[in-house]
Amino acid sequence: MEYLKAFLCGGLFCVVGQILIDKTPLTPAKILVCYVTTGVILSGVGLYQPLAEWGGAGATVPLTGFGHLLAKGVKKAVEEQGVLGAFTGGSTAAAGGITAAIFFGFLVALVCKPKPKS
Amino acid sequence: MATKKLGSQTAALANPPSFAGHANVVGKKEGEGPLADSFDYIAEDDTFGEATWEKSESAMQKQALTLALDKAGQAAANLDWLFAGDLLNQCIGSSYAARGQSVPFFGLYGACSTMGEGLVLASMTLDGGFGEFAGVVVSSHFCSAERQYRTPLEYGGQRTPTAQWTVTASGAAILAREGPGPYITHVTAGRIVDKGIKDANNMGAAMAPAAADTIAAHFRDTGRTPDFYDLVVTGDLGSLGSELLVELLEKEGYTLPNHADCGMLIFDAQDQDVHCGGSGCGCAASVLTGYLLNGMRAGRWKNILFCPTGALHSPTASLQGESIPGICHAVAISVTK
Repeated sequence: MEYLKAFLCGGLFCVVGQILIDKTPLTPAKILVCYVTTGVILSGVGLYQPLAEWGGAGATVPLTGFGHLLAKGVKKAVEEQGVLGAFTGGSTAAAGGITAAIFFGFLVALVCKPKPKS
Repeated sequence: MATKKLGSQTAALANPPSFAGHANVVGKKEGEGPLADSFDYIAEDDTFGEATWEKSESAMQKQALTLALDKAGQAAANLDWLFAGDLLNQCIGSSYAARGQSVPFFGLYGACSTMGEGLVLASMTLDGGFGEFAGVVVSSHFCSAERQYRTPLEYGGQRTPTAQWTVTASGAAILAREGPGPYITHVTAGRIVDKGIKDANNMGAAMAPAAADTIAAHFRDTGRTPDFYDLVVTGDLGSLGSELLVELLEKEGYTLPNHADCGMLIFDAQDQDVHCGGSGCGCAASVLTGYLLNGMRAGRWKNILFCPTGALHSPTASLQGESIPGICHAVAISVTK
């Protein structure tokens, strides 16, 4: 049941992305930014946390989940440090993900070569 | 002095230059397409043995020119002029390819219309009496073009339904002042036409008005009608752009009975998942130097109007909200002078 929920939730985010690519002139980069920003806003108004609890990885792994993580980090840091937390919280919370992306990206770039799409 | 100019955009060549040799080199995907038989060399590996995609493109262009020179029975040293172009910044695909040859060099940028631009300039140069042989070579490579115009391959971005596929190919033609043909008899240089299309993923729609403008100008200037040509072949309007071209020309009062589009000829749109068809300088160039010119030599067509189209935008201009200026050059090719 948990897997099914994650599949439905994550799948729904992807369907929305696919429709945006097919039906609007938005570039993938713009859609990416919209997803992250939407996650921040939904999290800020308290809607994303319930979704993340229901959909699990289906809600936290897509880009909106990254926005949710940023917002959560800011909230926590503001509670602990005040206004300064608004500037540090997001990147502190996301540090693990960002560093992992750079590190593993680097590792893969060392051993793999780009190929034409077939 | 008698002028060779007809109307506003066309040059009628008094001594039509002949195609002395023509050749093409293509990538693996193009070699799996419907025109496979018309390519001189199909690469097994799109790297062409080089370490970067830009170097691969130069290697491919160099090979195409060498093959065309071989077919013409000429050495590079016999070329009076070389007109070359590609899609990369500063035209490095061409300048690095020509680095080893000591031939007077013109680097051209006409986006996907570059083969047409090169043929227009080369044939006017030879007709003017400036030399015996001129080479025209252009190339595009899917992998270097993705980095140049969209995102690097490593990014793994999704393609939109209207997107065209940059063809990995190079086409080269050697023009001679004298020869048995086929001949370039008329050339119509295109004007910049911009109807305000901003979607860089929908270049067919941006280029179709330019194609209609140049083709109509060609008929107006020469007094010819569409049925004079066995084939009017546009560069890479794709399926959407081609429909638009037919509509636009009908408004101008011209019905095209025999229209084909290189972008649609080179791939099988259903089986090869290329969305709206192929694009890139190499697309029109490889179709011309293989399928079209071979077909003329085999007697399949007597008169062809070759009209490669180009979208002259840059990623920077697109980011600044600019629309896409289109261009199209028309080259009339005939088996007789």
